[in-house]
Amino acid sequence: MTTAMREGESQMRVVRSESASRPTLADLWSAAAAVPDPEIPVLSVTDLGILRGIEWDPVDPDMVAVTVTPTYSGCPATEAINAALRDALATAGAPRVRVETRLSPPWTTDWITTEGRRKLADFGIAPPGARSAAPAVVDVSRLRRRDRASADRIACPRCGSAHTELVSQFGSTACKAHYRCLDCLEPFDYFKPH
Amino acid sequence: MTSHQRQVVSDPTSSEQRKVVSDPAFEYLLRLGDSPLILAQRLGEWVGHGPILEEDIAQTNVGLDLLGQARLWLSYAGEVEARFAPPGRSEDDLAFLRDSREFRNLLLVEQPNGNFAHSTARQFLFDAWHLPLLRALGRSRDARIAEIAAKAAKEAAYHVERSGDWVIRLGDGTDESHHKMQAAIDDLWTYTGEMFTADSMELQLVDAGVAADVRALEAPWWAQVEEVLGEATLTVPGASFMQQGGKRGLHTEHLGHLLSEMQVLARSHPGARW
Repeated sequence: MTTAMREGESQMRVVRSESASRPTLADLWSAAAAVPDPEIPVLSVTDLGILRGIEWDPVDPDMVAVTVTPTYSGCPATEAINAALRDALATAGAPRVRVETRLSPPWTTDWITTEGRRKLADFGIAPPGARSAAPAVVDVSRLRRRDRASADRIACPRCGSAHTELVSQFGSTACKAHYRCLDCLEPFDYFKPH
Repeated sequence: MTSHQRQVVSDPTSSEQRKVVSDPAFEYLLRLGDSPLILAQRLGEWVGHGPILEEDIAQTNVGLDLLGQARLWLSYAGEVEARFAPPGRSEDDLAFLRDSREFRNLLLVEQPNGNFAHSTARQFLFDAWHLPLLRALGRSRDARIAEIAAKAAKEAAYHVERSGDWVIRLGDGTDESHHKMQAAIDDLWTYTGEMFTADSMELQLVDAGVAADVRALEAPWWAQVEEVLGEATLTVPGASFMQQGGKRGLHTEHLGHLLSEMQVLARSHPGARW
């Protein structure tokens, strides 16, 4: 898409929004809730828990301020998500949108909603379990090979078996680990507790 | 950052004895950001060359985390620079338009990849230092440093679990993998001492509650490394001469070659956007 086309689109939206009534915050939340995570499209930004706030700017009445807490520092989806949020809110009638990044408190998988966890499992990604207390640095007992099998019992999202093993700490994205089911033999991703 | 006074740093190795105007907070942020940046570039060199597909992807994901962390530190460094040398440089300018003498990364992270054991050993020796550093910085009086560190620490916890796991797998693996891992540890050991050195500028920031005291990380790092190497049936190298200089901009010959590749596009096409 060319820059000229993008500018043309946003001008059209501004014109339309001026004729429409100002959207409510509930309208804006439901518009934002439809924005998917580009890497795990079954999850919306609200399922993922990264959308932390939407409010009208107290000074500028035409400005909607959206607050996003990124998942991982290097997540390449962050910029795509911010652009999609701007588009969705403009379509819902926000005259102008400002996306703010908030680092603290850091994002945690505890913020993934119950609905989000169900969607992940249906999609074939094992949802994150409880976060364990942070070890000093490395918990060597977890790394001993004789203990590996019992270290994590992650249920296979396809057949439900807990007879699974870790293949790699990182799966198709930084937020997932790669597992293998030893019963149905299917590989699967596990959304790591973070 | 609370401390903004300028400091004239004399550079004794320069033939012109040139004086460089800098700022302790800016210098410190470069030290925090340059190590993950340079290590991310090294890990990026592995793309398409990993021993197995899963580890190719994992290696790159670790690099991606580190690159994201470097962006947060260097963006902040640029904002701090704007206070004493406006308008300050962007994260891109700091990454792509500095020469090797202006980089403040540890010598360890610029060392060439070598084989998989070599890159893994480098990663583990770094990760086992990086995680406690970030946890300590999470208590910084500088709120921005504290929040970046708290976020990065969660990522570093995965990194050290993975690299520690591989040190054990390779060390306690076949004769060949054991030999290669031991050789890598022995080879890189001379670059580990630098991680625990702090100059007077850094110690001032420690006193101000802004920086973490890396000297305090040494004993727990040793204990951790001894535990993992022990589990891996590897021998911990004895006390030996430690190379240092990276934190002052004095690097091994490898950094210039790395930068030539990392910076070529930005320097060939100044201001290019896509």
